[in-house]
Amino acid sequence: MTSTLVSISSKAIASAGDAAGKRSSLVPTVAGLGLLTALLLFPSIAAALDETFYVSFVTRILIFALAASSLNLILGFGGMVSFGHAAFFGGGAYIVGMLSIEVTRDIGLLPGTQSAWVAWPTTMLACALMAALIGAISLRTRGVSFIMITLAFAQMIYYLFVSLKTYGGDEGMNIGTRSTIGFGLSLSDDATFYYVVLALLVVSMMLFRRLVHSRFGNVIRGIRENETRMEAIGYDTYRYKLVCFVIAGSFAGLAGALLANQNTFVSPRMLDWHQSGLLIMMVILGGVGRLWGGVVGAVVILLLEEILSEYTLYWQFWLGSLLLFLIIVAPKGLIGLADRAFKGGLK
Amino acid sequence: MNTPLLKVESLVKRFGGLTATDQLSLDVAQGELVAIIGPNGAGKTTLLSQLSGAMFSDEGRILFAGEDISRLPVHRRVHKGLARSYQITSIFKSFTVLQNVALAVQSRSGTSMRFWAPVASERDLLEAALAIVTDVGLESVAERPASQLSHGQQRQLELAIAIATGPRLLLLDEPMAGMGREETLRMVELIHRLKQRFTILLVEHDMDAVFRLADRIAVLVYGRVIATGSVEEIRNNREVRQAYLGEELTV
Repeated sequence: MTSTLVSISSKAIASAGDAAGKRSSLVPTVAGLGLLTALLLFPSIAAALDETFYVSFVTRILIFALAASSLNLILGFGGMVSFGHAAFFGGGAYIVGMLSIEVTRDIGLLPGTQSAWVAWPTTMLACALMAALIGAISLRTRGVSFIMITLAFAQMIYYLFVSLKTYGGDEGMNIGTRSTIGFGLSLSDDATFYYVVLALLVVSMMLFRRLVHSRFGNVIRGIRENETRMEAIGYDTYRYKLVCFVIAGSFAGLAGALLANQNTFVSPRMLDWHQSGLLIMMVILGGVGRLWGGVVGAVVILLLEEILSEYTLYWQFWLGSLLLFLIIVAPKGLIGLADRAFKGGLK
Repeated sequence: MNTPLLKVESLVKRFGGLTATDQLSLDVAQGELVAIIGPNGAGKTTLLSQLSGAMFSDEGRILFAGEDISRLPVHRRVHKGLARSYQITSIFKSFTVLQNVALAVQSRSGTSMRFWAPVASERDLLEAALAIVTDVGLESVAERPASQLSHGQQRQLELAIAIATGPRLLLLDEPMAGMGREETLRMVELIHRLKQRFTILLVEHDMDAVFRLADRIAVLVYGRVIATGSVEEIRNNREVRQAYLGEELTV
């Protein structure tokens, strides 16, 4: 009995994770370490090749990877298709921008700060609060209503900032400088900023990984699978969904704070529904409910956008066509496709 | 006399002009297995939904162990000890059998607002789940995704999930639904065993099963209990035979 249990529970550990856990974990581990090494060396290589533009470009990818991964927590793992994630992504950008602009312009609405140690956690907290409010109302609905109500909330925030002339209105506002972090480091240096973003993404992904495999993650995945039954076995599903929504909102806020720093500029375009749509595309393309889905989606979409726009003015048409094609051949996302190819190769 | 574990007092549920549950009263004593029979549309599933909390009642009260639970939401009633199984199998298809049951065990073992420790490392959850999986006879498929089980096995899992919440009263909605002869016999045997440990309210169409399992039978027609009694009494009740059992038993 005990030995069966040990074997069963160890197998259960493997299968409790995302489906990738079932297969040999060596290949992903090696690939992951290789990728991380490459990312760590990247700024030096770019500098050596005199192509430092690409450091900013990869930073942008990492930021979107974080935003898309936070969306994947609710959309992928929780089955809540939110069409308003830009509210937190763009909202986070604005909060950092507003705090920073107070220092130079002294509008007096907020205590200003340019310290990353104050501004970024404040942003996360503010976005968590915003997500708690929006979630508390939106999560009373399901399905299409939920999609529409989250979209409506995000558009409300979009129009709010379009009309706030103090913060640049529809033209947006320049922030001037990036946040300060002390220790003799300056985020104005693109390589330093790159490493900070990379570190935050890695830490966030590690947290998400713990989260997905925790008791809480188990409940969230159960709700995606069968919410009615989750209630019938004693879970207050609304509460768990709300907490998940808040966590996702605060990490999207962090990504937004980074984006504002990256661009030293914020505009209502960051809050627009196109932005929410882009994040959804990234998640779907990468893999819904797969830990790395958001990351893969962000990499592929932003790379395609960059490459295609080099060659043609009509790059959006080609990007759309390519995405359509990819969704058809890989309905479970690129990670799902890789899984299938890998499994086929082993047979 | 002891207070009954479940006491339903003049329960009413209306859907527009239709009264699905009509001044229904019913007692279930601790340790008893009460079967509810009745023709299609008699309001059996509606009654179970009212009892489990999926639907609130328009009038009347539901007392569970003496406490009025009429306004409690589903999940609160589960923690009071009221569990329900579904007529249409409702399981977690991409989870393994063991994970299905462990999820229900997790619900009664402390808070699930834990974000760090991997759930798969919680030995006691898996142990408790494995014991229940073994109990319902699914240990050989414990590691399979629930979607790969046969219909009969999925029905067993349906029951295992309900048991895993640690109920005092089990509400079973047609556990034999869609089962073949063999599977039905196995299920009857399983419920017979569960009867030793749980108080059960059973809704079922299979008369052989009902007659084998029930301590008491309540006959539901148009949302009302038209008769209650022992198996013998119901079998011989003229009104019941006319209203429901019809020719099935006169043969």
